[in-house]
Amino acid sequence: MTDLTKLGVAAIRNGVAAGEFTAREVAEAFNANVAAAAALNAFIVTTPDHALAAADKVDTDRAAGRPLGGMAGVPIGMKDLFATQGVQTTAASHILEGFIPQYESTVSGKLWAAGAGMLGKLNLDQFAMGSSNETSYFGNVISPWRRSDGGNAALAPGGSSGGSSTAVSAWLAPAATGTDTGGSIRQPAAFTGITGVKPTYGRCSRWGIVAFASSLDQAGPMARDVTDCAIMLGAMAGFDPKDSTSLDLPVPDWAGSLNADMRGKKIGIPREYRMEGTDADILKSWDDGIAWLKDAGAEVVDISLPHTKYALPAYYIIAPAEASSNLARYDGVRYGLRDLPEGAGLQDMYAATRSDGFGDEVKRRILIGTYVLSAGFYDAYYNQAQRIRTLISRDFENAFKDCDVILAPTTPTAAFALGEKSDDPLAMYLNDVFAVPASLAGLPAMSVPCGVNSQGLPLGLQIIGKAFDEQGVLNAGLAIEKRAGFIATPEKWW
Amino acid sequence: MTESTYRIQGETGEWEVVIGLEVHAQVTSHAKLFSGASTEFGAEPNSQVSLVDAAMPGMLPVPNRECIRQAVRTGMAIEAQINAWSRFDRKNYFYADLPQGYQISQLYHPIVGEGQLLIEADEKNGIPEDKIIGIERIHVEQDAGKLMHDQHPTMSYVDLNRSGVALMEIVSKPDMASPAEAGAYVRKLRSILRYVGSCDGNMEQGSMRADVNVSVRKPGGELGTRTETKNVNSVRFVMAVIEQEARRQVELIEGGGAVVQETRLYDPDRNETRSMRSKEDAHDYRYFPDPDLLPLVLDDDFLNECRASLPELPDAKRARYTGDLGLNAYNAAQLTLEVEVFARFETLLAATAKRLGKAEKDVATQVANWTLSVAPGVLNALGGDAKLEHNTAAANASILQMVDAGTVSGGQAKEIYEIVLKTGRDPEEIADTEGLKQQSDTGAIEAEIDKVLADNPDKVAEYRSGKDKLFGFFVGQTMKAMQGKANPAVVNELLKVKLG
Repeated sequence: MTDLTKLGVAAIRNGVAAGEFTAREVAEAFNANVAAAAALNAFIVTTPDHALAAADKVDTDRAAGRPLGGMAGVPIGMKDLFATQGVQTTAASHILEGFIPQYESTVSGKLWAAGAGMLGKLNLDQFAMGSSNETSYFGNVISPWRRSDGGNAALAPGGSSGGSSTAVSAWLAPAATGTDTGGSIRQPAAFTGITGVKPTYGRCSRWGIVAFASSLDQAGPMARDVTDCAIMLGAMAGFDPKDSTSLDLPVPDWAGSLNADMRGKKIGIPREYRMEGTDADILKSWDDGIAWLKDAGAEVVDISLPHTKYALPAYYIIAPAEASSNLARYDGVRYGLRDLPEGAGLQDMYAATRSDGFGDEVKRRILIGTYVLSAGFYDAYYNQAQRIRTLISRDFENAFKDCDVILAPTTPTAAFALGEKSDDPLAMYLNDVFAVPASLAGLPAMSVPCGVNSQGLPLGLQIIGKAFDEQGVLNAGLAIEKRAGFIATPEKWW
Repeated sequence: MTESTYRIQGETGEWEVVIGLEVHAQVTSHAKLFSGASTEFGAEPNSQVSLVDAAMPGMLPVPNRECIRQAVRTGMAIEAQINAWSRFDRKNYFYADLPQGYQISQLYHPIVGEGQLLIEADEKNGIPEDKIIGIERIHVEQDAGKLMHDQHPTMSYVDLNRSGVALMEIVSKPDMASPAEAGAYVRKLRSILRYVGSCDGNMEQGSMRADVNVSVRKPGGELGTRTETKNVNSVRFVMAVIEQEARRQVELIEGGGAVVQETRLYDPDRNETRSMRSKEDAHDYRYFPDPDLLPLVLDDDFLNECRASLPELPDAKRARYTGDLGLNAYNAAQLTLEVEVFARFETLLAATAKRLGKAEKDVATQVANWTLSVAPGVLNALGGDAKLEHNTAAANASILQMVDAGTVSGGQAKEIYEIVLKTGRDPEEIADTEGLKQQSDTGAIEAEIDKVLADNPDKVAEYRSGKDKLFGFFVGQTMKAMQGKANPAVVNELLKVKLG
């Protein structure tokens, strides 16, 4: 019998629908892989019963001849930033440890309604702040990948959606949800050889997702290939009146409209993304990508995004500013951790609870955010960053006059070792240098695997599209996927 | 314009007071500003709290259209600039009654810009003539919850029912110069809000409260440093705060001290203000645009609907009452003060005019007097015995019609009204069965007059020799003989004829 855990979203859904195997068999197979992979620390909690119950419902519906949803029979991992009713939701923080929501996030609710089941809540960087999954209160996630040089260094799975990337690349789940504020879907996808899509800001409702930076946060799928991502994104997206920033647009049939024929399409190559410090392997993969898209019929054009170098500094002002305010609600008063020293007053409780409940990176960003919003600094930092954000959006608007999608690397390097950058926040932040501009502009972008580096580690290429043009992004991704022939997988050691 | 004559007498001479008010008015709506939770007053603690109000992780605000509409209508009622593009900002600070850790407000781009409000002349209170008070802005924001310190010996409890309720903050310019002007401003603002229906104006329940900014200066001099006294919840207290605070500032300055910019609290029991926090330890609120909300854009249809839905406002109504209806200024002012009063007046006016087949202006004064003095007098005297469901416009109009026709006297009208209020019986039936009617039958009256004249030949002679004043005596005697039920007009007329 086929190893069901080697199947992706489309294969599982179609197989279940065709009666080749049951949803329960699929859920059991993945539950077993999850249970056997504790060494990767991808999950904060596992929910095998949830996966089985969802599977049984799909099997029952199928037996009764009822119509099946777009994700029917597909068990997935849920990033622990999504509130899940009755299941602990922590954002990988101590301050929310033990918090069990009475509500279901819009996106997870839509996935369950489409027939998906939940294998567990996936580890992540605390409050989605990090690029290596080393800031989780519940410990590092270990990438299933290892360097081919024989060294046994544990590698970072990327972040913040490190649990998601690890779970998918290690066959613990055919797909997982991610969220991307400044690269948190794309960078971990690139590090682990999987596909991840950050849709246009507003495509997926933020309702019920623990907020990091509201104007940037966007949920998206992480899966084995472009088609699986397109299917899953279709189940996640849609207008939500409970989110004022949600896009009131119909959800296109992305999966049904996939088309790798790039004839008549123009691919923009931003010259400012040829940055110092980018690995030679990465630059080569970029050239490969250009060649593949030409081969698919596209015309390649040189474009300029002149304000690119200001994107990262602007991002590290705007995102912490919003975070400093968004995280004020974790105060020990109503839910979550309360640290109340003997005889303490309200202020003491705040200080004790928040000192104890937040990790160092979260505190660092709250401090930065508080500083940039404070009287006397607001104009110089926050307002200036917002102006840069406008200029970056304008850069993209101008560029898209000359091209349909933009091709760039996802990250400047392949996965680094755990501990390698954790003492140097700036080096860590630089990892998102290619991802952040599209986030600031709210544009759809994805990472698609394109090969391995000299150490056998996967590399990803990033495609950035016009607002609302997820289809264009997915199509270009598919053209690359077909030509890259990426088949590398991590050897199981866990 | 005649300036206010209000002055504080200090040891170094006279001081002027400069006053600005920030009034927080709770928007009348069933749901909160950014959540669907109920806003009803007086519910069990924490029974009207949505996930959004409690700031649960991942919850998002969605603006309540009705709250926005009410703010816009209020702005239109004070003839203000309405900003078709406005934005919400977060005001960040930590407190146990503030679940989000920030209040959603509007600092940079309020929904309503500059407007104005007229306070009427009130000579005996030092407002020599009508005065226009400028309004800087109105913005909408969330209310906070409430801490309860009296529920437990060592702990404070939090009630979040009020958390997220919509407030309008109405910021005046520093245009007021006396407690009387400030009092008149608050009363007028309250009246407008209640006309518009955007706030119930109930200060006891906290639906309206004022932050009072006060500074003093030598007449015509440079503006002084101001203090802000927070959360003052009655007109009387607003006026008291200004008096106390102005006096305190004058004494401080004349004693060689300086006023510090600070936030103060008013203690009504001791009638004094005291420092809450100074500028040095003021919060840095770190305002920034709320990234959970898009800018608020109001289209023409929305604005047109807001404007079309505005009722006749106090100033226009008062002008119509004195102009079209011919009421005196006092009656017009009294009738237009409260929504309930003018509503009752206008209903009764229409009913009465219709019944009498007369124009409204021809019965307006009669209806106004009835509404303002006669009816309230009877109602007050009856107290709890009055059943208000019987107090219908039809019943009132029926009584007024009998008065107008001379069928009943003023005194009889009150008696009939009293019975109506107690029993709900028909006024005309009461007049008939209870004998509460004036005698207008000239035959009966003539007979009594003849008797009176026959019994008092000396007085008749005196009258006829020129002692006009005795006319009243004959009227009195006749009325007495008729047990007060004779129509005085008929009595007068007949007596004149008979006495020659």
